Amino acid sequence: MSRISASGKICLAVMFVILYAPIFYLIFYSFNSGGTMSGFESFSLEHYAAVIEDPRLIVILIHTVLIALLSGLIATVIGTLGAIGIVSLKDKRMRHALLSLNNVLIVSPDVVIGASFLVLFTMIGAQLGFGSVLISHVAFSVPIVVLMVLPKLLEMNPLLIDAAQDLGATKRDVFTRVIVPYIKPGIFAGFFMALTYSLDDFAVTFFVTGNGFSTLSVEIYSMARTGITLTINAVSTIVFLITMLVVVGYHLVTSRARAAETEVQR
Amino acid sequence: MKTAMETKSRAPLIPYLLWMALFVIAPIALVVYYSFLDLNGNFTFANYKNFFSAAYLRMTLTSFWYAFLITFFTFVFAYPAAYLLTRTKHKHLWLMLIIVPSWINLLLKTYAFIGILGLYGPINAVLEVFGFEPTQMLFTDFSYIFVAVYIFIPFMILPIFNSLDKLDKSLVYAARDLGASGWTTFRRVVFPLTIDGVKAGIQVTFIPALSLFMITRLIAGNKVITLGTAIEQQFLVAHNWGMGSTIAVFLIVIMAASMIFTGTMMRGGRAG
Repeated sequence: MSRISASGKICLAVMFVILYAPIFYLIFYSFNSGGTMSGFESFSLEHYAAVIEDPRLIVILIHTVLIALLSGLIATVIGTLGAIGIVSLKDKRMRHALLSLNNVLIVSPDVVIGASFLVLFTMIGAQLGFGSVLISHVAFSVPIVVLMVLPKLLEMNPLLIDAAQDLGATKRDVFTRVIVPYIKPGIFAGFFMALTYSLDDFAVTFFVTGNGFSTLSVEIYSMARTGITLTINAVSTIVFLITMLVVVGYHLVTSRARAAETEVQR
Repeated sequence: MKTAMETKSRAPLIPYLLWMALFVIAPIALVVYYSFLDLNGNFTFANYKNFFSAAYLRMTLTSFWYAFLITFFTFVFAYPAAYLLTRTKHKHLWLMLIIVPSWINLLLKTYAFIGILGLYGPINAVLEVFGFEPTQMLFTDFSYIFVAVYIFIPFMILPIFNSLDKLDKSLVYAARDLGASGWTTFRRVVFPLTIDGVKAGIQVTFIPALSLFMITRLIAGNKVITLGTAIEQQFLVAHNWGMGSTIAVFLIVIMAASMIFTGTMMRGGRAG
């Protein structure tokens, strides 16, 4: 059934090459002792040394990861509770309205989110910096978590809850020992998505970052505007490796969860 | 029908509702409010009048045109790719590999293209081998659209792949058994059944394409001005928040329209 023609294979192969070429291009030139992304002079690690010796860049990397992890965690908590709340709503119109509202932030262009948050933070007199960036990242991640958790909640058999209650489970027990274990894959996927959205975000952060505080995306933007610096290439290699580690880790965890699930079903 | 947690309390909803009020409703309300203010904070319709002037309308139209081209080319490449992916052996592994580049920081990928498309980049080196004169490909319409399509392709493939993957294969076999050609089967069976995936893909491409500003600055070298670039310009360079908000209001209206357009896709949870 899963047969695929030779020309199809070639098309896919070309696609993969094009998708990965820019990434490997960056990594390749990060080892160039020359200063440009054309004409490889000789192998050198000087650009990696430049990254390590630049405390500012290290701090930015740490901030970026910290923002991603924290915003992912907070968004996962709010979003999961929100999804459970939405499903528990009896009024169908209310539910629909909330879900539309939820989608607003997902469909909103980054620039609009960034600009409107800038207005919001200025209005309430909040200082721009770590806090405003963190809150913004939580804000655009919450709806994604809701969307990832919702399908799991909807496919859950309501009889499971009835059964648990009949057997004497308290509301808390139902929540921690029935609902949460059941929707765990959704929660996990939501957290993971929030993480990647946060790491990838540029536009929103760019608006609410203020002076002094910067994430990797914003920093690369300002570096790239002045031209090519191979330090960025070295950074991209590091980021690529970290991303691959996270992806492989995520894949291992989910495939184990899937294996466990089929085990149970058997 | 009873849904899973109808008997449960509504406490979990409270933080979520507060969050949505503060970060969805309040920002939109503030942007609408600011769009009626001039530089000195006085009430005015001037921003809207300005927005409907010839210069702004032309910019809006070009912005739409570029977004349309980007969405079109992304779709043209994404649909066949998604289709081929569903037919590979380890399709989820391959899908994963398509998605991985989308997790690499957007800025890094864009930055790579500054080198690749540049005058001394590899593409020009290849062209030179074939006897062509090297040309500056950066800061052209082509480079802008190419990079944007590159960025958006994984996001378009994902929903299309999902809807193709869910497609009941027996419907395809039935169509073929009843004598439909491959093309007819695609046009009358496969495509209509995957239209939701296509709509979702268009939604995640078109609106962001309207509001790109980083790629226009880095790759198109300010030659392409999109609505997004204009907002950034007004907010962060000209400090004219009123005008910036007016353009943002326009984008919000477009977004609302697109949500209605794709509304059938995420119908408040369970359809029944």
